[in-house]
Amino acid sequence: MISTNRRILAALAAMCFAVGLAACGEDESDSGGAGSDAPAATEKTIERDDANASKGTITVGSKNFTEQFILGEIYAQTLEAQGFKVQRRLNLGSEQVAYKALRGGEISMYPEYTGTALTSFFDIKTTDVPKDADEAYEQAKKEYAKNKITALERTPFQNTYVIASTKDTAENAGSPKTASALFEKNANLSISGFPECRQRQDCLLGLRSLYGYKGKFVSSDGKFSDLDDDEADLTLAFGTDPKLALTDKYTAYEDDKKLFPPYHITLGVRDDVVEKIGPKAIETLETVQKGMTETAMRELNRRVELDKQPAKEAAAAYLKEEGFVQ
Amino acid sequence: MIGVPLAQGGLKIQEPGGSDACAAANDFCPSWIAENIDRYWTPLLEHVYLTVVPVTIGFAISLALAIIAHRRRWLTGPIITVTGIFFAIPSVAAFFLLQPLTGLGYNTAMVALVSYTLLIIFRSITLGLRNVPVDTRDAALGQGLTSRQVLWSVELPMAFPEIIAGLRIATSTTVGLAALAVFAGAGGLGTEILLDKRFKSNVATAGGLAILLAAALDLLLLAVQRLGTPWQRARA
Amino acid sequence: MSVALAVLGDFGEAIEFIFKERESVSGGVQIGGIPELSAFGATHMKVSIIAIVIAAVAAIPLALWLGHIGRGDFLATATSNVGRAVPSLALLAFFISFIGLGETNVIVVLALLAVPPLITTTYVGVRQVDRDAVDAARGQGLTGMEIVRKVELPLALPSIFGGLRTAAVIVVATATIAPLANVRTLGEPIITPQTYGFVGQLGAAIVVAVITLAVDFLFARLQRAVTPAGLKLAEPAARRRFSFPTKRSLKAT
Repeated sequence: MISTNRRILAALAAMCFAVGLAACGEDESDSGGAGSDAPAATEKTIERDDANASKGTITVGSKNFTEQFILGEIYAQTLEAQGFKVQRRLNLGSEQVAYKALRGGEISMYPEYTGTALTSFFDIKTTDVPKDADEAYEQAKKEYAKNKITALERTPFQNTYVIASTKDTAENAGSPKTASALFEKNANLSISGFPECRQRQDCLLGLRSLYGYKGKFVSSDGKFSDLDDDEADLTLAFGTDPKLALTDKYTAYEDDKKLFPPYHITLGVRDDVVEKIGPKAIETLETVQKGMTETAMRELNRRVELDKQPAKEAAAAYLKEEGFVQ
Repeated sequence: MIGVPLAQGGLKIQEPGGSDACAAANDFCPSWIAENIDRYWTPLLEHVYLTVVPVTIGFAISLALAIIAHRRRWLTGPIITVTGIFFAIPSVAAFFLLQPLTGLGYNTAMVALVSYTLLIIFRSITLGLRNVPVDTRDAALGQGLTSRQVLWSVELPMAFPEIIAGLRIATSTTVGLAALAVFAGAGGLGTEILLDKRFKSNVATAGGLAILLAAALDLLLLAVQRLGTPWQRARA
Repeated sequence: MSVALAVLGDFGEAIEFIFKERESVSGGVQIGGIPELSAFGATHMKVSIIAIVIAAVAAIPLALWLGHIGRGDFLATATSNVGRAVPSLALLAFFISFIGLGETNVIVVLALLAVPPLITTTYVGVRQVDRDAVDAARGQGLTGMEIVRKVELPLALPSIFGGLRTAAVIVVATATIAPLANVRTLGEPIITPQTYGFVGQLGAAIVVAVITLAVDFLFARLQRAVTPAGLKLAEPAARRRFSFPTKRSLKAT
């Protein structure tokens, strides 16, 4: 049995080594982004306060997809610019894993979508989620507070579902601009969406009841690949999907009947961490969010997903080009 | 086209410069693979762990069972039945059935993967032991060796080829099943596949690495067999 | 103690999910219960059966012939080794890109996974037919095809059914991940936890396990049924005749 233990230990050691390498990977790379003509130090520039270094290490977490990596990096770099010692734990997993880590204290903060928080953590049924962005945020904030977590101001952008199709499909349908107009004459087009969508009131079921949609549902994660491969006529994409910017290829339709709940980002920070880092840090974190529009997020997602830039670089470029950092 | 200017200035919308056209078009892209190969490193290591450890533990358990059944032949049937049941339960189902007991994570994956190896390895060890000619065994006993010494210095070494054969089958099977360990909350190459299952290069790389891993482990075991049975080498 | 109750609790709820409908986790829909699970089960068995039939029709005649002429050692071992190692998940995802979503894709993947064990066991089964019986038949003037049909096939039948048993278990087990390609088999609750919850996932897992065990048992019985009484008695002796060198002999048992 000794050899078994040794083997386990050796394999574990190899794993830890590899994970450690991956995690420590790019500490020393310079944070220079792509923008060269960033504005000189303005009132927006984040101030460094050396006293922050002694306030302990802040752990910034994120969920397991591109946008989350970018957001995590932006918040982490914002704190670093202020002189805090920051540890990153991005790519934690699904929201359940991330929330558990936050409540348990393994991470100090992570960005969550208001709609997701309400339905996944606070047991609000999807039909009961407020459609108004601020109402949804306020409710999430209240629920978070019950769990000793402060939900920072919501971002301008939201990443909710968007019905999209190829431009050809749009033209064949008469180029409607809204979902209502689209479904009025073409209720039978097929639509692809993530598997859960089939049985959610804020997804397929809502499409059927609210918009009178009668078409076939294709359960798939493909999104735009489904459109390209002719698996479906329409697809449910994410609002900040970079491919939505390719307006000569794809068209999006406005959710005029407000079927999809709001999905704005709010950074959930543990109360004890809020106290530790102080109000100036909180204010700064909320300020850097002001540039996060849907267009900006689409661009950042594009740089990472299509141009294959590392999230760290994209985040650094954001902070620089927006003037928060030199 | 891309290039919608922002009202407030700030983030520049770049022209799609180094955009990997191949990746965007979802073709099979060797260059993308070469550039991104390091993101498969950790999942590959996890996959190795999820293969080697279960097979090792399964071997230990099966060996113990086979030795017991060697003495008490009537146990062979029941053991085969029970391990056969473990073998027939689909891995995905097992990964969930175990969760109330072992939670989400590597423990669940390990228990399930170990249970799949038992039937294969137990049967091969037993077959190997039964293939030892009765005469050889009698001769050894006649020379004054105890039953136990005969087992460890005669019968098991002679069963070595069958044992290795069973280990090879168990290993390839486990490599294939470990890809599903993602459903148990463990890692492995399956996580990479699920992350982007429509992207051909990703799926081909993750799947290809699994097959290569199986081939490597298979060759390793084959080498062990060659080293361990010099008398067979001589037979060309 | 509380752990034991908790365990029973989850399983108890899962069993309740199988028999009684309940509201989904995200709200607004009824899920679970026999009707829904039967529908999933029907799809599950449909794709499985079609795949096994296709694989059998493709693999068994080929392997019978190869076994008859004695060429195919390498093919048999190579396909079985590679076939075992290919992760079903990768194969399914791979074919989504080429065939697309839907039942055709799933059936192709399942059939591909069923072929290796069928080729191997059929080939080995034929190779292990007593040479004397074959020679006697040849002496009586039977042609190649007739030898295959009248001598080798019947004697190889137990081995072939052993392969069918293995293939059936693999196919039914793998059909669980078919929902990833938009085919709603019993794996659907497993990949949509937001709708079905852990209880639903567990319930589906129980059903899948039970069905697979039933399939395994069925084919075991079939295998026993096609084993001529003579072979059954001779089994211990036959086993002693299995001399190594390869794992092929293992696949036959």
